[in-house]
Parts: sequence; structure tokens; C-alpha cells
Amino acid sequence: MTDLAVELRNVTKVFVDRSSLGRDLTAVEQINLSVAAGEFFTLLGPSGCGKTTTLRMIAGFEAATRGEILIQGRAMTRVPPNRRPVNTVFQNYALFPHLTVAENVAFGLVVKRVPRAERKRRAEEALELVRLSGMGRRRPSQLSGGQQQRVALARALINQPAVLLLDEPLGALDLKLRKEMQFELKRLQRQVGITFIYVTHDQEEALIMSDRIAVMERGRVLQVGDPMAVYEWPSARFVADFVGETNFLSVVFVSFLNDLAVVDLCGVNAYAQIRGEPLTSGQPTTVTIRPEKVVLTKLNQDGHFKLAGTLEDIVYLGTDTRYVVRLTSGETLVARIQNTSERGLGGDYDIGERVNVSWSPKDARVLTS
Amino acid sequence: MGRRDLLSPGFFYFALLALLLYAPILLLIVFSFNDSRTLVFPLKGFTLQWYTELWGARELLEAVVNSLVLGVLASAVATILGTMAAIGIARFNFPGRNLFLAVSAMPMVIPYVVLGVALLILFAQLGIPLSLWTVGVGHVVINIPYVMLIVASRLAGFNPSLEEAAMDLGETYWGTLRRVTLPMCAPAILSAFLSSFTTSFDEFAVSFFLIGSESTLPIYLYSQLRFPSRLPLIVTLAAIIMVASMALVIFSEWLRRVGQTTTAAGEA
Amino acid sequence: MYTRSRVAVLMGPPVLWLALLFLLPMAIMAVFTFRAGTFPPERDVFTFEHYREFLGNTPFQWLLWRSALVALATSVLSLIFAYPIAYFLAFRAGAMQMTLLTILIVPAWTSYLLRILAWKLILGANGLLSSFLLSIGLIEEGSRFLLYSPSAVVVTLVYVWIPFVTLPIFSALQRIDRSLLEAATDLGCAGWEAFLRITLPLSLPGVAAGFFFVFIPTLGEWVTPSLVGGVNGVMYGNLIQDQFVRALNWPLGSLMSLVMLVLVVIQIVLFSRIIRLSDLAGI
Repeated sequence: MTDLAVELRNVTKVFVDRSSLGRDLTAVEQINLSVAAGEFFTLLGPSGCGKTTTLRMIAGFEAATRGEILIQGRAMTRVPPNRRPVNTVFQNYALFPHLTVAENVAFGLVVKRVPRAERKRRAEEALELVRLSGMGRRRPSQLSGGQQQRVALARALINQPAVLLLDEPLGALDLKLRKEMQFELKRLQRQVGITFIYVTHDQEEALIMSDRIAVMERGRVLQVGDPMAVYEWPSARFVADFVGETNFLSVVFVSFLNDLAVVDLCGVNAYAQIRGEPLTSGQPTTVTIRPEKVVLTKLNQDGHFKLAGTLEDIVYLGTDTRYVVRLTSGETLVARIQNTSERGLGGDYDIGERVNVSWSPKDARVLTS
Repeated sequence: MGRRDLLSPGFFYFALLALLLYAPILLLIVFSFNDSRTLVFPLKGFTLQWYTELWGARELLEAVVNSLVLGVLASAVATILGTMAAIGIARFNFPGRNLFLAVSAMPMVIPYVVLGVALLILFAQLGIPLSLWTVGVGHVVINIPYVMLIVASRLAGFNPSLEEAAMDLGETYWGTLRRVTLPMCAPAILSAFLSSFTTSFDEFAVSFFLIGSESTLPIYLYSQLRFPSRLPLIVTLAAIIMVASMALVIFSEWLRRVGQTTTAAGEA
Repeated sequence: MYTRSRVAVLMGPPVLWLALLFLLPMAIMAVFTFRAGTFPPERDVFTFEHYREFLGNTPFQWLLWRSALVALATSVLSLIFAYPIAYFLAFRAGAMQMTLLTILIVPAWTSYLLRILAWKLILGANGLLSSFLLSIGLIEEGSRFLLYSPSAVVVTLVYVWIPFVTLPIFSALQRIDRSLLEAATDLGCAGWEAFLRITLPLSLPGVAAGFFFVFIPTLGEWVTPSLVGGVNGVMYGNLIQDQFVRALNWPLGSLMSLVMLVLVVIQIVLFSRIIRLSDLAGI
């Protein structure tokens, strides 16, 4: 059994409002998390969901109102941030402007009174690790955003913390650089083997980099799982909606068919996967299906079943084309079809055209929460 | 940053220092009502005598009036010149801008004795007799940098595109200044004026060299510091001036803040 | 938007005023140092006599040196007393910051002379403190505490300067990004260590500004020494004033003034160099 790098037990954080209004803010409510050693663990959620507050509590900059935080099995309740075996990469990098890059990187070692020769050596190694060798003498203000970010990384990693905390570190970078750094960080984490706890609101980023993701909303953890589990099997409506794009269809449950559910949608029997939740015939429920899994067919073609609809919108997106279909029930369904010559490169359909939609039964899910 | 943070050792140090700063002022106010010709404990009784006597002290009142008039005039000139310079500095990049900044800042930093002496020599060489006017000239020189600082920093805080928009809509440059720039800076300009006035009203080091036969209030006070019988009057006058200038400073600060927090659509 | 005529109209009057009534007087004063005497006919004779007198006369230079020491003591003490206040306001005062700052500044902007007067009354031989101590029996007779000495000058000046010195320090401290301090803590610094390694270095430009803001004017101080300095507390500025008011040796007075001006300009240049260096440091 792997060691747990970080454990949060029933952690709650309430920000007390000191003004006369007395409106306390519960930023984090009763969350439980276990992060294994060597994991790349991501806290994902929209702004205000409490992910940064959680990170700061692990770092020690905020104290939990209730609950316990353990790092490597040790309770951290009375341990101040400067004595925790964690280091943080800040969102704005927080590089010390009056020190050189090398001095910034070696800062943690200076505080620990590491002898000069060793400091120098380790600082050089750290800079090499983030591929900034030779930049030691420069000042942070002379570096680009991406370079500053790597200095911040080196400054944290040099201390060999048990856990590295990263607070939306790629937010300030432009798109191309951000994509590069995502892979870079992932590679680095594998190479160094340190547990990373990463905070982001970018779900695509989370999917790319993480071993496991915790999806948060309004102070609560809704789902924890590896990227595939979170994407393919969202356990809550919010998760399905926040991670990638999803269609939500109102259906009426008809019956079970082996491990599938038969549901009534616009008078047609459609199919969806179900994981044993109890439903009774006639009960209204929701089915979710990802746009890329929707099959669009001309009226005269065959499909698993045939849901009639009218094309409302077609947008060419380069890699695929996005179709919006209005069903007879009035609900809209979004489909994304990859642009291959076989599929007509998105030019095969017209707005206003009547089409059929369907899907492979295992691609849809019944959402029961 | 809660209550516990506020009541730290730092707060008590602050409170102590604030007390030390206000103590002389408070004492002066207390003693202005004291029924005694000397400034000693214990207090002898409440009286308004000194306040009424103040009205009769002709020289004193003349000095006050001189200081007031001088203050207003010198501050007006300094404010006008300083504001013009502030607009020039804040909006234009002209050759010699940095040099001007350096030179115009100098009156603020050099010892006043040098300034006083230099102006005295100038007036002597030009054959200009010393009077309140010569003092006024000195006060303007001293205050221009302060005015520039206050107004320029306000100007820097709002976007030049406001002025460009006005001109785009057909206004001339000078019209824009009148209808857009100056109104937006009005609190800062007023604050600068008040600041200059306070400085001028209290100014002694330079005035000393440039004064003729008339007196400003500080000149008068300085000369009176040797006559103990006049002490209660001076104390009373001091109390009045202190309270008035505190009110003025508070008002001026408030104005400056109002100017800063006014977020127009063009705020940078 | 830039046109030469606009710049000329805006900058003309201020430039003219400062050129004629600031630069010109300085130049005339510099020329005056070569004149033989204050009034005609000596005034129109040119000589190096006063230069010889000043350079050869060690009491002048000694007084200048002592004035520098007084200015130094005043600046350093003001900074020491003001720094904790600035720190308190920047880091602990929270929402009350500006209010407390105003409370501090308001008395400082009232009449300088009157505040000195008040302290003289309190500390003098027949003053408040004396009579108070007398009335409670702590001393036998009126005594001259603290008054009429160089220390009295320093104490008075420090008292006057503290609120003003607080401002640049406060401003510099406020500008320090709080996440830098969190980063320092994250990397292992205890509170005081974060202060020494991060806060203090980053506040130095403000401290330097405060230092020069006090040091330079205090070099030429003469009013305070004349009020509370007594015979022992005479400063360089008093001597200059004396040349113009009593001794009527304007050329010598001009020379003394010029020397001070040159020293001040050198310091200002040095200071602006320091500030530019720290800009490079990215502060």
C-alpha cells in the first residue's frame, strides 16, 4: 500500500466576516482527500470553488476551521508554513526582485544554512532541471514569463519537499507556451517523483496532466478519479457539465435490458448505460452523452435508433464540426463530428435540414444525481 | 488582519507617538483658557480674557492679515504655475523635460537658508526694496514643486485618452483643458493650493531674509518669543492657528483622496 | 497632441519664473562670492579673498562638519523612530491605515514655529515641565532641561521630522507584494527572517528617500538652533544668516551658502544614482 503524501479529513474552512454584516463565507466544507505519494493530483473547479483555499491550507497559509490535515502521516494543525515539508509555486511566481535568479533558487537552502559550495552546486542542478542553465546571474525582471515560471519551479523543487503545491502556475502564459509547459511539468513530475498537488480551472489541462482529479464546486469535492473516470463516468451533473461538454436529455425510464437502460426520448426508445441505480418504470431521469459520441445521420440512413431533429447550427472548428440539433421534444443536442473526407468535412449538411441522431448504447449514461 | 493584529505593540508605539505629537497642541489649547500670565501648573481658572484681548492686539492682527493675504496670493500664483508645469510634464515629452523636473524639484530639497540668501542678493542687485512682495516671490518658488507633485500625480492617474476623446469630438486643446482636464484635477488643484497656503502661512526661514518693515505672523511670533508678558496672547493665538490649520489639513487630505477615488470612465 | 506651441504656453511661465527667480539668484550669489564687500565701492572689486578666508579658516569647516553630524544624527534617529510606525501602518493597521496616517500627519502640518514654541514653553526653565515637577516636589527650582544644546536641536528636529519620514517608508512597504512574504515563509523563513531578508531590503529605497529628505534641509537649518540651540547649538546655517544680518559680509555669506549648495547638489546626484540602481534590481 502506497504511503499517503497528503490526507485531508473532514476539513472545513469558514472565513468569518468581521464587518457588521456578519456574512461568513464557508469556502471549504467537509472535504476528505487522500493523495498518494508520487501522484500528480489536481484540484479542478471554477473560481470560488475552494480549490485555492484548500491548497493554502495544505501549505499552511490558512488554518482549517475544522478537520485535520496530515502530511506524510503527521498532523499539521500546529505546524506553521515555514516548517512544513511542502513548497509552493505561486500563481504570480513571487520571485524576489532584489535577488538574482540563482539567489532566488537557492533561497530555501540559505534559510536552512546549507553551506555555500553545496548551495551553489544544487542551485545549478535545479536550474539545469528546468532548463535554465546559465541564467543564474540575471534578475527576475529580465526574464520572460515562461522563464520566471521555471525559476519559481526550481526554487521550490530544490528543497526536495514531500509535496509540491502549484497554484494555477500556467495562468499567465500564452496558449502555446501553456501547452508546452503542461507537458513539461508532467515530464518533470515523473522525473523527480515528487507528489504534485495542482490547482486549475482549466479542465483540459487537468485531463492532460493528472494522475487523479478532484472536481470541486462551492467548497465541496464532487468526484475524485483518474481522468478517464471523471470524463467518462461523471457522478454528478456539475462534473459532467464542467469537464468537457455534455448533452443532458430528459427521458423517461422504461426498463432494464441486461446492463443497459431503455429510456423513452421523444417517443423513441433509446439506450444508455446504467450502473445499477434503482429506477422504476415511468420515472423521469436524465441521460448524458458527450457530443463526440453522438452519431448524425441523414434521414434515410440507418442507425441504432432514430431520433428525429432539425439542424439549427453548424460551426466548422477545424478538427471537427459542431452541429446543434433541435429534437422534437424541444431540447437541443450538440454533436461533434471529426472532419474527415469520409464524413464530408462538415459540408454535407445544411442548416434547417431534418436529420436523425443516435448513439451507441454504451456511450450514453443515465445520470442519477 | 483582524482586531488582534491592530492592537499589537506597534499600535501602542503609534499611540504614544501620536500623543507626543498632539500633546503640545492640546496643552496650548488648554492654557489659552487659563487665567494666568505664566505658563505654569496648576491651572488657575477658566477665562476667555485672552481671546478678547487678542482682538485688540493691533500688531498681531496686522501680522495675521498680512500672512493671510500673502498666503492666498502666493499660493494662487504657485498653484497656477505649478499646475501648468504639471500638465506639461504629465502629458508631453519635450526636450529638457528631465532637466526641468530636476531643477523644479530643487526648491523642495535645498536648505531654505540658501534660497533666502540668493533671493536677497538678487533683490539687492536689482535695487528692489524688501517687502511682503519679495517674500511672496520666495514663497512661490518654494511651493511650485509641491503643487507640481500633487497635480501631476493626479494627472498621471487618469487616461490621456479622455482628452483625446474631447478633441476628437471637436474641442480645441485649450478648451479641453478648461472643460475636461482642469475639472478632473480640481480636487488635486485645490488640495495643492491649500497645501501651499499652509506652507506659506507658516514659512519663516526664507521670509526672514526677504521681509521689509511689515510682518508676517511667523516673523512676528519669532520676535515676540522674547517678551514673556505677551505670552498668554501668543498661546491663545497659537491655539487658534493650530486648530484652524488642522482643520485645513484634514480638509485638504480629504479633497486629495476624493480626487483619487473618483473613478471616471476614463480612469486608467 | 504634442505641439511646440502648447508646450511653450504651458511650460513657459513656470520655466521663466524658476529661471529668473531661482536659477538666476543662485548664479548671482555665486558671482557675489568674488566681490570684495557688501556695498559699493568694495562690492565692485573682485577678489579671491573670501575663498582664502573660508578654506583657511578651520572654525568654518568645523562648524560645517558638526552641522553635518547633527543632520546625520537627526536623519538616522528619525528613521529609527519612524520605521516601526510605517511598518505598523503597512502591515498591521489594515483598514485603519489611511485614517491613522492622517492622524499622524495632521499635527505635523501645523505651524512649525508654534510647535517649537510649545515645546520651549514646556521644557524651559519657567516652563510647564519644570513647574510641574516643582509642584510635585521632584525638583528644587526651575531647571534648564534639554534646552540650549545641540542635543536639543536634534531632539526638536527629530520630533518635527518623524511624521514626514514615515511617509516614504510607508509607501515603499506598502508596495511590497505580500505574496513575496508568503513565498519566503513557504521556503522556510520564520517571521523575523522574512523581514530581514525580504521586507527590509525592499523597503530600502523608501528609507533612502526618507534619509535624504531629512538630511539635506537639516544641513542648512538655522531656525531651530536659534530657538533651542543656545550658544553651543549653533549650526552652519546660523553663521550664514549672521553674515547677512549682523556682520554684513555678504560675499562670505554667499560663499558659505554656495559651498552648502554644491554639497547638496552632489548628494542629490548621488541619491538619484542609488535609486536608479535599485530600479535595475526590479523593485
